[in-house]
Amino acid sequence: MAGAGGGGCPAGGNDFQWCFSQVKGAIDEDVAEADIISTVEFNYSGDLLATGDKGGRVVIFQREQENKSRPHSRGEYNVYSTFQSHEPEFDYLKSLEIEEKINKIRWLPQQNAAHFLLSTNDKTIKLWKISERDKRAEGYNLKDEDGRLRDPFRITALRVPILKPMDLMVEASPRRIFANAHTYHINSISVNSDHETYLSADDLRINLWHLEITDRSFNIVDIKPANMEELTEVITAAEFHPHQCNVFVYSSSKGTIRLCDMRSSALCDRHSKFFEEPEDPSSRSFFSEIISSISDVKFSHSGRYMMTRDYLSVKVWDLNMESRPVETHQVHEYLRSKLCSLYENDCIFDKFECCWNGSDSAIMTGSYNNFFRMFDRDTRRDVTLEASRESSKPRASLKPRKVCTGGKRKKDEISVDSLDFNKKILHTAWHPADNVIAVAATNNLYIFQDKIN
Amino acid sequence: QDTQEKEGILPERAEEAKLKAKYPSLGHKPGGSDFLMKRLQKGVWGIISYPLSLEPKGVLGMKSVEQKYFDSGDYNMAKAKMKNKQLPSAGPDKNLVTGDHIPTPQDLPQRKSSLVTSKLAG
Repeated sequence: MAGAGGGGCPAGGNDFQWCFSQVKGAIDEDVAEADIISTVEFNYSGDLLATGDKGGRVVIFQREQENKSRPHSRGEYNVYSTFQSHEPEFDYLKSLEIEEKINKIRWLPQQNAAHFLLSTNDKTIKLWKISERDKRAEGYNLKDEDGRLRDPFRITALRVPILKPMDLMVEASPRRIFANAHTYHINSISVNSDHETYLSADDLRINLWHLEITDRSFNIVDIKPANMEELTEVITAAEFHPHQCNVFVYSSSKGTIRLCDMRSSALCDRHSKFFEEPEDPSSRSFFSEIISSISDVKFSHSGRYMMTRDYLSVKVWDLNMESRPVETHQVHEYLRSKLCSLYENDCIFDKFECCWNGSDSAIMTGSYNNFFRMFDRDTRRDVTLEASRESSKPRASLKPRKVCTGGKRKKDEISVDSLDFNKKILHTAWHPADNVIAVAATNNLYIFQDKIN
Repeated sequence: QDTQEKEGILPERAEEAKLKAKYPSLGHKPGGSDFLMKRLQKGVWGIISYPLSLEPKGVLGMKSVEQKYFDSGDYNMAKAKMKNKQLPSAGPDKNLVTGDHIPTPQDLPQRKSSLVTSKLAG
């Protein structure tokens, strides 16, 4: 067991010293619903950072190359491309609207000059190609420079068009649209290590797709009971193993994780491994199942471990041990005595994500009041940091925050009752190699870097 | 670890008692099929707080009950009246909402789409 209590750490904290780097987004108090960031994801190299929002838009940032003349801009992320990925739709059959909110973005590994990503809303997954154009052809035979067609009978000589440089233009185009395969709302997509297939998961089913084929997909998990009255749990997240292309896991609303092997059968309703932490039946309450619901599951980069996030904690599991997690880190245990109000204001249903650092030595997840938590697995230390405009001076170190649970509140501590539950950090991402993190605070994207970086 | 567990029980149970005191009709435990089926409809857990109160409009500040529309015309008209959004109901009432005039393509408001670039890119 590691990380008791609600935060704080010895002076010096982890080996990291996090500093503010950048913040993106508007400062105004009035946040439009469409601007709320719903997903954040670095690509495989970390040079690109994608965000999706409730308005169905994707914004991609690119890391600047090192520049000796402007040393402080080294590693800054600037806008590379932005496009409307999904639009609101209407399901005529069910008379329901389909939100354009981007639930997840997953990058494909880069195979040529272009970049590819998958973005999904509740019902439709799209493969986007983002490509650069920095040359333009001039001297066409059949059309003028302004595009007007020339009269072919007037052409007396032929010329070879020349390629001329032009201002960099980044274009995003939808290459594949994977639709109509999900009755329920898609919560996860995951690209397979074979780079050819990917899975998409909704509340009751998981489908396997081939990136080239849009008109069919294989159903590999179906937990819909014949009689819906018997429904006891739903799928909350799913992910492919980072190296074994036949293995994937999915988590449930009851706090369990199932690992499936696609070699064993076409329909993976029967799991190969079942991960569940035994619960003390005497401690069961009305809230037990709700707070045990897993909101995110992520394999470690090594593929040896996986991490799950439930309402109050983050757990690290060894894939070789199904009986219990190897580590449990408390994110905001002080909320246990606030569950009644959190149920009333719906916060108990918030879905927090979690992420690993590149070396799997640290994990990060969000909390309320724009706080986010980091746990160092080696040193067993944890820290609570805040994403706020107040601590947004360039390269300013972030000061560890502490939530006070008991009576006496020390200076600089914040009491549980003063926490702003509207300021929730649900989405965070860690650069695959460097100590750079992206934290989504409602409509703002914060980027922090380690000083030693 | 044992004592830690025991300390954990008390706050959770106390919270449960608080909740049951406020909403005595809160019978079923979460995890039951009613609970989950409502979740499947909207895709968020939030929907299942509905049993807490009999108010149809929204419980405790939550944007709750899924919007059901009679058809796409109904949907578009409801979008047009954003401020006075009413839940359309089956039966004679429906005619009042959708039957006062026959919508023509010009009348129907455009389905909302984000024409504005994200402020993150600004």
